Amino acid sequence: MTDEFITLTPAAKRSRWTQKIGFGALTAASLLTVLPIVALVIYIIVQGLPQISLEFLTQMPRDGMRAGGIWPAIVGTFYLTLGTAIFSVPLGIGAAIYIAEYAPDNRWTRLIRIAIINLAGIPSVVYGLFGFGLFVIFLRFGTSILAASLTLSIMTLPVIITTTEEALRSVPQSFRVVSISLGGSRWQTIWRIVLPNALPGILTGIILGLERAAGETAPILFTGAAFFLPRLPQSPLDATMALPYHLFVISTQVPGMPLQIQYGTVLVLLFFVLGMNLIATIIRSRARARRPW
Amino acid sequence: MKRAGRISEFAITTLIRLMGYSSILFVVLILLFLLREGLPALGEVSLADLFSVRWYPTESYFGILPLILGSIIVTFGALLVAVPFGILTALYISEVAPQRVQEVLKPLVEVLAGLPSVVLGFIGIQLVSPFLRVALNLPTGLTAFTGALLLGGIAIPTVVSVAEDALNTVPRSYREASLALGATRWQTMWGVTLPAARSGVVTAIMLGVGRAMGETMTVMMVTGNAPVMPHGLDALFLPVRTMTATIASEMGEVANGSSHYHVLFLIGIILFAIALIINIVTFMVGYRKSTRSERLLS
Repeated sequence: MTDEFITLTPAAKRSRWTQKIGFGALTAASLLTVLPIVALVIYIIVQGLPQISLEFLTQMPRDGMRAGGIWPAIVGTFYLTLGTAIFSVPLGIGAAIYIAEYAPDNRWTRLIRIAIINLAGIPSVVYGLFGFGLFVIFLRFGTSILAASLTLSIMTLPVIITTTEEALRSVPQSFRVVSISLGGSRWQTIWRIVLPNALPGILTGIILGLERAAGETAPILFTGAAFFLPRLPQSPLDATMALPYHLFVISTQVPGMPLQIQYGTVLVLLFFVLGMNLIATIIRSRARARRPW
Repeated sequence: MKRAGRISEFAITTLIRLMGYSSILFVVLILLFLLREGLPALGEVSLADLFSVRWYPTESYFGILPLILGSIIVTFGALLVAVPFGILTALYISEVAPQRVQEVLKPLVEVLAGLPSVVLGFIGIQLVSPFLRVALNLPTGLTAFTGALLLGGIAIPTVVSVAEDALNTVPRSYREASLALGATRWQTMWGVTLPAARSGVVTAIMLGVGRAMGETMTVMMVTGNAPVMPHGLDALFLPVRTMTATIASEMGEVANGSSHYHVLFLIGIILFAIALIINIVTFMVGYRKSTRSERLLS
């Protein structure tokens, strides 16, 4: 638009062209990154949808898992996610409250931060080794839902702590000042004022953490996952089938596995995981729109 | 009543503090149990055997070099994919894309981050490796290259989100000053914004390395699982076996307390150490960033 008023030197014209081409290249690179994801999800839905039926979702597997349903894997993933939530949600929120609301800025707090960053960086299969050593062998839980859930909880902890801390910090300082000045104690302020205002952010973090736990295979390989079980787990000390491990088993360990069942299982797993992702995204964007400050 | 309140306040504060310190406890516990199960390996297998080129545990050959090199090859290949695409996407989202496009792109990248690695492994087996076998005329599609491509996809969301955060923290005034001096947005992006966000971009790449190195299920499913010593550049198109995949595929069959079992934990210690080094480097880069920006702004 400025072209009408200013005569551009050849050099300036060149750099405009460079910019146009450059922006085009950036757009192309982004599309190349994002489009395969969209294509992949659509492809899985198209391939998997014909397999989805009430029988597939609610029956036990038959004929060496080559027929029937995936009910025990669905139930198992639900149990594992629930177990992970029971341990990691209270602990993660508590830890985040300490860091955001209580912790002084000193060496110990920095050490806690380094520990959290470290937990986030440890490979998932190493969590599996650790869970095997501590929960399965040392504490004698055996390969069980309990051992697997505890392993997944520790793995999930850094996600929940960091997102909760961020949510707590986003609550304006003046809210706390008003509450304290009205005679509220520190804990009352946190419980009645800070936590409710940070709730959407905390929920988002919890869901994203649990989403990761629900989709993980490596940490449960030797701590709680079962290749095949003829019946549902009866107690937290039983091993369990789980969707991600089941997918691994039927796609690599069972010869002659009908492709249809494999795609059906992928779709169910994706539904779980992306469904949680979607819920988290919705909570976050709603909270942003409604934020009163 | 007042005293009861004070006591419960004290109890809660103590509980919260303990929870706060729990992360340190867990890191220590993880290290402790890895060492407890892994260190005996050093007494059972000599260092020369450990750093030899033959991994064949049933015959008591515990050479972990091929596994380490396998991890390095696959991670390096993944970076070749994830770094350019990740950083270009981050630049596009933060510097070029209009608001509406941003709002579509960001959740899509998060979808990629949320895909379970076993799903990507499945797609690798079903679609990517048959395609590559035909396209590149290879004897098998299950190679280091296939693993690297998929791992690149897994590392991209990490690189994008960290790099984008770094670009967003560059003050607006930097860009405005550059534009006011007559630079185009393109020149500003490469000459001002990206250099200013340099430490964050390095962090993004480091975290991408960590993500790729630690990934297990995808590489186990698509790299062909051959623990052979890679030779030369064509190793990228041959089957390999990474450290993570070795642990995942052999831990289930190994006798508790055997040398093989201890060596698998030793590999776990190596992976833990790599993660630790990456975190320390990242932490130091981050630290420098804050001090430099303080210096710039004061």
